[in-house]
Amino acid sequence: MQRLMTWIDERFPLTTLWESQWGKYVAPKNFNFWYYFGSLAALVLVMQIVTGIFLTMNYKPDAQKAFESVEYIMRDVEWGWLIRYMHSTGASMFFVVVYLHMFRALLYGSYRKPRELLWIFGCLVYLALMAEAFFGYLLPWGQMSYWGAQVIVNLFSTIPVIGDDLAVWIRGDYTVSDITLNRFFAFHVIAVPLVLIGLVAAHLMALHEVGSNNPDGVDVKHQPRDPVTGLPPDGIYSHPYYTIKDIVGVIVFLAVFSVILFFVPDMGGYFLESNNFIPADSLKTPEHIAPVWYFTPYYAMLRAVPSFFSTQVWGVLVMGAGVLIFFFLPWLDRGAVKSIRYRGSLYKGWLAAFVVSFLILGYLGTVPVTVWGQFTGAWSAILDTKDKATWVARIFTIVYFLYFVLMPWYTVRDKTKPVPERVVWR
Amino acid sequence: MNKLAVVLLAAVTLLAAGAACAAEQDIRMAPAPVQRLDQESLQRGARNFVNYCLNCHSARYMRYNRLTGIGLTEQQVKDNLMFATDRIGDTMVSAMKPEDARKWFGAVPPDLSVEARVRGADWLYNYLLAFYRDDKTPTGWNNLVFPNVGMPNVLWQLGGTSKLVEAEFEDPEKAEGAAIAVRGISKLEPGQHGKYVVLTLGQQAPGALSRSDYEAFVADLVNYLDYMAEPSRNDRMRLGIIVLLFLGLLFVLAYWTKVEFWKDLH
Repeated sequence: MQRLMTWIDERFPLTTLWESQWGKYVAPKNFNFWYYFGSLAALVLVMQIVTGIFLTMNYKPDAQKAFESVEYIMRDVEWGWLIRYMHSTGASMFFVVVYLHMFRALLYGSYRKPRELLWIFGCLVYLALMAEAFFGYLLPWGQMSYWGAQVIVNLFSTIPVIGDDLAVWIRGDYTVSDITLNRFFAFHVIAVPLVLIGLVAAHLMALHEVGSNNPDGVDVKHQPRDPVTGLPPDGIYSHPYYTIKDIVGVIVFLAVFSVILFFVPDMGGYFLESNNFIPADSLKTPEHIAPVWYFTPYYAMLRAVPSFFSTQVWGVLVMGAGVLIFFFLPWLDRGAVKSIRYRGSLYKGWLAAFVVSFLILGYLGTVPVTVWGQFTGAWSAILDTKDKATWVARIFTIVYFLYFVLMPWYTVRDKTKPVPERVVWR
Repeated sequence: MNKLAVVLLAAVTLLAAGAACAAEQDIRMAPAPVQRLDQESLQRGARNFVNYCLNCHSARYMRYNRLTGIGLTEQQVKDNLMFATDRIGDTMVSAMKPEDARKWFGAVPPDLSVEARVRGADWLYNYLLAFYRDDKTPTGWNNLVFPNVGMPNVLWQLGGTSKLVEAEFEDPEKAEGAAIAVRGISKLEPGQHGKYVVLTLGQQAPGALSRSDYEAFVADLVNYLDYMAEPSRNDRMRLGIIVLLFLGLLFVLAYWTKVEFWKDLH
């Protein structure tokens, strides 16, 4: 075995690669609950790729056959239902772990210097993931697949001058059609996954270069190292310590995943929408079109923004800005400390307001705007829309953006506590 | 962290409250009494389906030999349930031509393979029990759950005929109380002059089956429709229990190992 490794290492840096990326990677020893979601995201990525490969063996990207081929997988392919449910549950769970992973970064300031590039790669992963989910959602060719894609592609047609041509160029047709299905299939199974894997590799390499942040925001990497072990006092080797700890996390995650997969795979219509069991019909628009839950905060923003100068493009811009603004976090945050443990009440308050906005917008994006009724009374005549839910969505859209826009101000004003020299552990 | 947890909890409660508001509907339905593990009910449902539904509706993703999953042998399926084909591997396709369907009903009846996943068992059960006589529609039938539906009440010989019963109320709360008090389906609508109308169904003429036998007939049928929408469901849940037990065992072993490894750290 030793001779084989030497033989390989002389020809390929296998040992170096393993040691730099995991085996001898030094991580802070005080990782808590929030630090499981990175490895879980990697697990789900692998799961999606493997189940995706098996799904492509029986799926047909053809407007006449797509819906039928999905039912064929569910009924006639050996273990097809399991593979399909793993993939559909995996899609939603990918967003669950990625949102929690991103929230961790907000809690502990993991995007701060020197981790700006690591954060940007992460944001790009999030963008690629959204694209992947969007393209993939068309493939079952149900009513929601079809009309969801129709709505999203039509967003591009709001862009002045080139909009309509751009939308036609994306669809390859004047409506979402067989041609659109074929190209979305190509994007979903090869183009975006390639980008995604490349970005994840860059994200991991950047992480293992700068080292992990931790719940205290203490710089572990530059602590004076022990002359015997060569380790910083608060650092431990990832392997075996985090290998075994992450395995425990993986098992718990798989248990949650299995409860959904085996007992409630459609998650009450949130993971698999009931309207998507009706085959796509270009002549019948569903009464209520809603994207899958992970897009709904942005969908609520899109609907909340009124049109000015007779164009809807503003909503699209706000929605886009809502996603892209994450990229600027490393430069918006000017606080003296990284971790929420040593931040003052200002940051804690704004973060809580942001989370509440995100959740409420997420809920509002799943329901019709009429859900909370309408304003009545003479004064409401001056409103452009009387739907209460739209006004709530507007208020929380503003709160969502204020979290970012006011950050340079409130992080400086915040009364922070002193950060200890060593991490707090046990 | 604790403050944050409180805020998050408050947000989730708020969302749940909002969702509860959204779920409020003016139509009240009875829960469908379906037993997913009751194979005899599923077999009766399959019989009802091929006898009464399959003439107009297809189930193009359901193969006849899949019926072995509800405790039937292939021979039993061939002898009793296959009227439209001779091959056990075929799917359940109706003999009605789409052109004829459009001429007769104005639309092609929807495929029922996954209908239960679109509508849910409760909706289907109530829908099938909600037909009433209405002279204003082309078929002479209307439906309280699906107003002006193109489908006539094909089960009327079994269940008899019903008529629409309207009751007017001045007070919205009394109207709601009356709607809740109804056993079965009721619908609350705003009426004229600010009044409230509660719509219910009343038996007009009895059918071949008693009311409770007829409801059991429809329940069996809906149970089958629900099964057909996802034939692997019972396998899925059985496997789920095994997987969870396995993961539980694995968790204990992995957690011990973790504790053992981390003992060295100070």
